[in-house]
Amino acid sequence: MSDDVHVPGALRGLGNWVDERFGGAGYVRTLMKKVFPDHWSFFLGEIALYSFVILLLTGTFLSLFFVPSMNDVVYHGSYIKLNGLRMSEAYASTLRISFDVRGGLLIRQIHHWAADIFMVAITVHMLRIFFTGAYRKPREVNWLIGIILFSLGLIEGLFGYSLPDDQLSGAGLRIFEGVLQGIPIVGTYLAYFLFGGGFPGNDIVPRMYIIHVLLIPGLILALVTAHLLIMFHQKHTAMPAKDQTDTHELGQPFFPYFIAKTTAWLFFVFAALAILATFAQINPIWQYGPYTPLAISSASQPDWYMGILEGALRMMPAWEINFLGHTLSLSVLIPFALPLGIILGGAAFWPWFEKWATGDNSEHHVLDRPRNAAVRTSIGIAVVVFYGVLWAEGANDVIANKLQIPLYTVTWISRVLVIVGPILAYFATKRICIGLQRKDAELLEHGLETGIIVQRPNGEFEEIHRPVSEEARAVLEAKKVPLALPVGAAAVDENGVSAPQARGLMGKMRVRANQAFLETIPLPAGDGHGHGNGHEGNGHGEVEGGGQEHAAVGASTAPAELDRLPDAQPQRPDPGAAGDESES
Amino acid sequence: MSWIIARRRHPAAGYAAIAGLLVVVAVGYGALTGFGSGASASAPAQNATDIAQGRSLFLDNCSSCHGLEAQGTPQAPSLIGAGAAAVDFQMSTGRMPAKEQGPQNDRKPVTFTQQQIYDIAGYIASLAPGPQIPSASEVSTAGADAALGSQLFSTNCTQCHGFAGAGGALTYGKDAPPLTASTPTQIYEAMLTGPEAMPVFGDGTLTPSDKRDIIAYITQTRGETNPGGFSLGRTGPVTEGLVIWLGGLGFLVLIAMWITAKRRDTRVDLDES
Ligand code: HEC
Ligand code: HEC
Ligand code: HEM
Repeated sequence: MSDDVHVPGALRGLGNWVDERFGGAGYVRTLMKKVFPDHWSFFLGEIALYSFVILLLTGTFLSLFFVPSMNDVVYHGSYIKLNGLRMSEAYASTLRISFDVRGGLLIRQIHHWAADIFMVAITVHMLRIFFTGAYRKPREVNWLIGIILFSLGLIEGLFGYSLPDDQLSGAGLRIFEGVLQGIPIVGTYLAYFLFGGGFPGNDIVPRMYIIHVLLIPGLILALVTAHLLIMFHQKHTAMPAKDQTDTHELGQPFFPYFIAKTTAWLFFVFAALAILATFAQINPIWQYGPYTPLAISSASQPDWYMGILEGALRMMPAWEINFLGHTLSLSVLIPFALPLGIILGGAAFWPWFEKWATGDNSEHHVLDRPRNAAVRTSIGIAVVVFYGVLWAEGANDVIANKLQIPLYTVTWISRVLVIVGPILAYFATKRICIGLQRKDAELLEHGLETGIIVQRPNGEFEEIHRPVSEEARAVLEAKKVPLALPVGAAAVDENGVSAPQARGLMGKMRVRANQAFLETIPLPAGDGHGHGNGHEGNGHGEVEGGGQEHAAVGASTAPAELDRLPDAQPQRPDPGAAGDESES
Repeated sequence: MSWIIARRRHPAAGYAAIAGLLVVVAVGYGALTGFGSGASASAPAQNATDIAQGRSLFLDNCSSCHGLEAQGTPQAPSLIGAGAAAVDFQMSTGRMPAKEQGPQNDRKPVTFTQQQIYDIAGYIASLAPGPQIPSASEVSTAGADAALGSQLFSTNCTQCHGFAGAGGALTYGKDAPPLTASTPTQIYEAMLTGPEAMPVFGDGTLTPSDKRDIIAYITQTRGETNPGGFSLGRTGPVTEGLVIWLGGLGFLVLIAMWITAKRRDTRVDLDES
């Protein structure tokens, strides 16, 4: 890449005009040269960003016609099947948006599909961050912001879904009210205040409306801005690659490459949503009918992102206890607080837990390949399974109906799976990760199989192995072997006395956690750091005698054993060196 | 196996894997949403019935379960007082004569002529009075109020049949079937006789005019086009969630891979060295 970014004249003219008045050319120049990594998974967060832009635009359009009021009106609109029915103004105005406002239905459907993809994108974006270890120092704050954004999105979606006051939104609100009431001591007051009296009252739609169109979008906007500024400041992480180090980031400069790609991306997100909204009907509130507390439809589900809460409720046995004169509705409290508490709370604490368990407090800018962080990856998959089971249970009646399985069977299967599934997933994933690590180690040591068999002078047959390319080697060698904690390694000295730090409950737990992290396949001897040994430049490729021991085979669990292995030295970047972003 | 290993780093391998996955999911989904359909005969006003003829048909086809005098057996309930409407509903939807023992008798192709059904119905009606087969004018939706019907349907029927009559699961392996194939007469008879887990909606609960409003709502709803595009099965947000994850996200991930595919200098490829 050239030293200076080439900017077209027109843009430069505009830039100068702005610069002479407001300054900031320096900042823009850095921005222009900012390096962006080139991997598809880095575009997931941008789906969230662009769908949020779409939500703002379409939401503004909707708010021009939507009437946030629960006053009774008699409907006389184009949807004759509901003609003459009494309904709330909110519902009537949503019908009007759908059938009488030009383009209204399309915009409504774009808004709703965008809300769905917004949460999908945040979710998979978070999974990408987690599985590659991008949340590690110095990016913990952005990780926390992400978790808050996800939570805000949940509430924003719930309230938006409840605005039209149709049969399904009312059912969702009723559950929401029940959950609020389930909170010990203050719950009934909370529900009473929020609904301005008994359910459903006349206040909830206008209140949710202002939260939906002003408060939460404002918070999300502010946090997204902070998120992006922090990201710019800290630079992107990068997938392991040749010449990619913690201090030297590869990729393409913002201008012109990234800006072109991201603009294209913006239009693809728009296009995907427009296509969906044109061809796939979403939230047909005219079929659900206006809300009445007397009715409830089968297949009453929330939008997908609330499905985990719905599932937890459906899975939970009806437990209720009386504690010091207060009724505790465990059947509501536990499903509401526990699953999301475990997932979001656990996610928030994870970076610090990992630091505590590995003793690794250095900065990381190069990502881990998921297989190389077996514990993290396995925990992640376990949580995904946990989430998935709860989510599926949220649709238990639809599953029962479509698959012709009795309803209670579905519920019981999910009750078992929600506990057994994550445990199995943890161990299975860990085995798979270790297996993949072993394969990588073998690949580094022996190279690729070529399928070419040669006969040695002594009559022996052997297959020629070709060394892996430098690029591939760099990826394989980017693996970082976790360190044994000092407390762990010295847990028991020669006299059988355990180290003082390893005593006590916390100390023991820390040693246990550390040992789990240490289970890894080290890279082959001599290959750990850099290149230039016998693997390269040999035209025939490397040929190794059979039966040679692999230095790396056998997962090592004990820290002491790790010490004996030649390549147990962890590769830690120099924490002091900040990233040098531009690779120009 | 080795051809997979050799090719899994191929630039197209990721797309192939995703495409393969999508196909698997699509097939699986298709399997989930298979739609049944049933034939339906339009019911004329009740004819004069030949009770003797009906009795002999009953003895041949029904008595093994319901008993020689329709008095019931441990296998099947008594039909005395069940009424002509129950027989017409059960037989015209193919539910009776029942075949295998399941949690519930589902709709099946009808093997009897309408006349034979009326004969048996007449025989059962002759044993004791019961709900009559409604006349054509009783089930006519002319002048019926579908808007009122939508409210009545929503408070009385949606908890089992779903908001748009797409059907839904009940407990113990039973289910409320989709209302896509029932004729107006069958809908009326279902309300009158309450087959299996369905409650009876007698004329005290839903007046004959209420019933016509409900019939108008059901028939209009299933015939109406979906203004927003494909209906996605009219089963609510579950299919919407599947569509956004598989269609929406799947499409965008493919595009993202395509946008980032032409890497300039950081290409990692194990096959090239
Ligand atoms: C294989 C056994 C079997 C045969 C044969 C059979 N039925 Fe049934 N029938 C049942 C069972 C079991 C039920 C109860 C299930 C239910 O509630 O619908 C039933 C229910 C009914 C009912 C509903 C009763 C009510 O109170 O609503 C009618 C009507 C009926 N059968 C008519 C017939 C007629 C007419 C025939 C012959 C054409 C017939 N059945 C043949 C097993 C049988
Ligand atoms: C408690 C649940 C429940 C409610 C409420 C209910 N149904 Fe049903 N309905 C069922 C079940 C179960 C069947 C299937 C009976 C069988 O297979 O013998 C059924 C069958 C039917 C059928 C026959 C479908 C066919 O195969 O053609 C119609 C029509 C019908 N119901 C209409 C209604 C209407 C209209 C209402 C409201 C007034 C209603 N149902 C309320 C459970 C219910
Ligand atoms: C993260 C951001 C947002 C999410 C997740 C979201 C979600 C939703 C959802 C699911 C609905 C129900 C739509 C339907 O009827 O099918 C809705 C409705 C609505 N939203 Fe939003 N929304 C967001 C931002 C906004 C913004 C910024 C505005 C306004 C500026 C807005 C205005 C509205 C209005 C007026 C409605 C009611 C109209 C209707 O239901 O059709 N939304 N929203």
